[in-house]
Amino acid sequence: MKGRLKALAALSSVLFALVFLGAEKPKPKVEPVKARIGVISIITGQGAGYGEAITNGIKLARDEVNAKGEVSIDLKIEDSSAKQEQALAAAQKLIHSEQVVAIIGPTLSNEMKVVGPEANASGVPIMGTSTTAKGITQIGKYVFRNALPESQAIPASIGKAVKKYGIRKVALLYGNDDVFTKSGFDTMKEVSETLKLEILTIQEFQKGQADYKAQLTKIASLRPDAVFCSALYEEGAVILSQARKMGIKVPFVGGNGFNSPKVIEIARDAADGLVVATPWFVDRNDPKVKAFVAKYEKAYGKKPDQFAAQAYDAFHIMTNALKAAGAADRDRLRDAMAATRNFDGVLGKFSFDAERDVVMEPVVLIVQGGKFRIFQ
Amino acid sequence: MFLEQLVNGVTLGSIYAMVALGYTLVFGVLDIINMAHGEIFMFGAFVGMLLASKAGVPLPVAFLGAIAVTGAMGFLLERLALRPLRGRAGASNLASLISTIGVSILLENVAHRLFGAGNHLFETPFAEIRFPVGPVDVSLVQALILLISLLLMAGLALWLSRTRGGKALRATAEDITTAGLLGIDTDRMITVTVVIASAMGGVAGVLVGMAFNYINNQIGLSMGLKGLAIIIFGGMGSIYGAMAGGVILGLSETFVVAYGSSGYRDAIAFIIIIAVLLVRPQGLFGQAAPGTRT
Repeated sequence: MKGRLKALAALSSVLFALVFLGAEKPKPKVEPVKARIGVISIITGQGAGYGEAITNGIKLARDEVNAKGEVSIDLKIEDSSAKQEQALAAAQKLIHSEQVVAIIGPTLSNEMKVVGPEANASGVPIMGTSTTAKGITQIGKYVFRNALPESQAIPASIGKAVKKYGIRKVALLYGNDDVFTKSGFDTMKEVSETLKLEILTIQEFQKGQADYKAQLTKIASLRPDAVFCSALYEEGAVILSQARKMGIKVPFVGGNGFNSPKVIEIARDAADGLVVATPWFVDRNDPKVKAFVAKYEKAYGKKPDQFAAQAYDAFHIMTNALKAAGAADRDRLRDAMAATRNFDGVLGKFSFDAERDVVMEPVVLIVQGGKFRIFQ
Repeated sequence: MFLEQLVNGVTLGSIYAMVALGYTLVFGVLDIINMAHGEIFMFGAFVGMLLASKAGVPLPVAFLGAIAVTGAMGFLLERLALRPLRGRAGASNLASLISTIGVSILLENVAHRLFGAGNHLFETPFAEIRFPVGPVDVSLVQALILLISLLLMAGLALWLSRTRGGKALRATAEDITTAGLLGIDTDRMITVTVVIASAMGGVAGVLVGMAFNYINNQIGLSMGLKGLAIIIFGGMGSIYGAMAGGVILGLSETFVVAYGSSGYRDAIAFIIIIAVLLVRPQGLFGQAAPGTRT
């Protein structure tokens, strides 16, 4: 008995040494931090375009990060269909059954308002890449975002447009049944009041509405210098197109929802004269941006939009923090993420402020000749 | 601005009326609401879009194409989903109703598969042309929509009141058993009705595409709900009720936006409907069922 034990001990020490040496020999390799990250996005239904871009950006970043070998990420992607209840169910599944270390998403601020508190209560870091409404990161200390909020983007675009076109009188138009478009409108109104612009009329519409002629006829009759419009791209593109056909030729200043190549794809010529502020400009002269655009185009056959770029950067911010944390631990990851400063991504220099919100410089763009260009 | 909004309202209203007509025709002969009508209407819009915007054929051809496809869909709906249930022991009207709901879900998902989820641009070559009528600028598209829907409604009314076919249809709607005893091929009349109703839905689909410039696979649902509200408002099974109800709903929605608050657009339009129904529960043109208080 004793002899056998001794033999076993000897054998195992030899084996151990072999394994140890075998591992040691090529180069000192650190075991990658293994983690599972959940993604909640809109894969089907209205707004599936956002989800497609976001998941594409994340997958591209995942492949890069896993190839490097410092962290090894297992992605779990869930569909929210742009519905709050489905987003919440997806979050609960990710947090409790899949045991993810952190969540990227959901896509809409509306969804974050219900998913954020759930993740925060469970102590799971959650990062919105497209949730730009007010008060998102104030949900709790586990809630982050790298989406430039409307409250920073809209003043930049309105300020530039007012200066360039000498705008004095404006009409406001917004979707009143969505947290995101409503919050964009609140900012537009606030900025208009600070800049002492005369607000001729405020018009509202609801999600999925098809006919905006009544609102637009009213706006046209008041002859504003510009229309400030807070809408998602599906409605926004339709509004632009109907407005141009009715003879409203003045500039449109849009919120972040307008900031998608899909607006031009759907509205075509009618999109000309649309001004938006954005964290992302695909033609930016920067080697990092160029490399990302080339890689993305090769993988998916089209150029990345803002949502793809933000998701791509978000994934890198998260995995960098994971590296710093050194383990797939929700609390340590949260602290490491909160400490992110001057992250150099495709959106430019990025930091979290004390409230885990965005610190960065937006670019103002205008649509001219069917393309987004830098607004001079 | 009043006159411009009036034109907007009447245009929107005549589109609503076209959608509602499809419901009311089928309800007249079958006593069921064809829940698949909204989706057939949506397919009409997509066929029109594919022909007019993608294939670039002239608009009349797009209309004919939409009529052909939606008419055929109506025929299949009647043959596959309605007729097998008709007259079977134990099958109430509710069975056909559920059957049409099934068809509507199927069609919506087929459309999602075929065309995707987002908005599709519906291009009309003369979308930018506007001309003055008195003090108002009217777009050619609006004028055309009005013209087509008025012609179709007048044609339908004439056909129903003046021709043998129309008479047979009305007799079938009045009492299907008696009509059958009098030698009317009621099965054929029902098929004809469903096909005509679906084809009108197809025309309405193309008109919606022209009016709003965009279509997606959800319009069947939203327009269908409006159509349902209109036939209850106008009186179930009444042709004139559908026309009047459509125009009234279109006008009230438009004027709520123009002179009230755009946020309450649907709410106020439907409050008007509820108010009318409280006074006339059978709807504007509906006949009170025997034995009910009016």
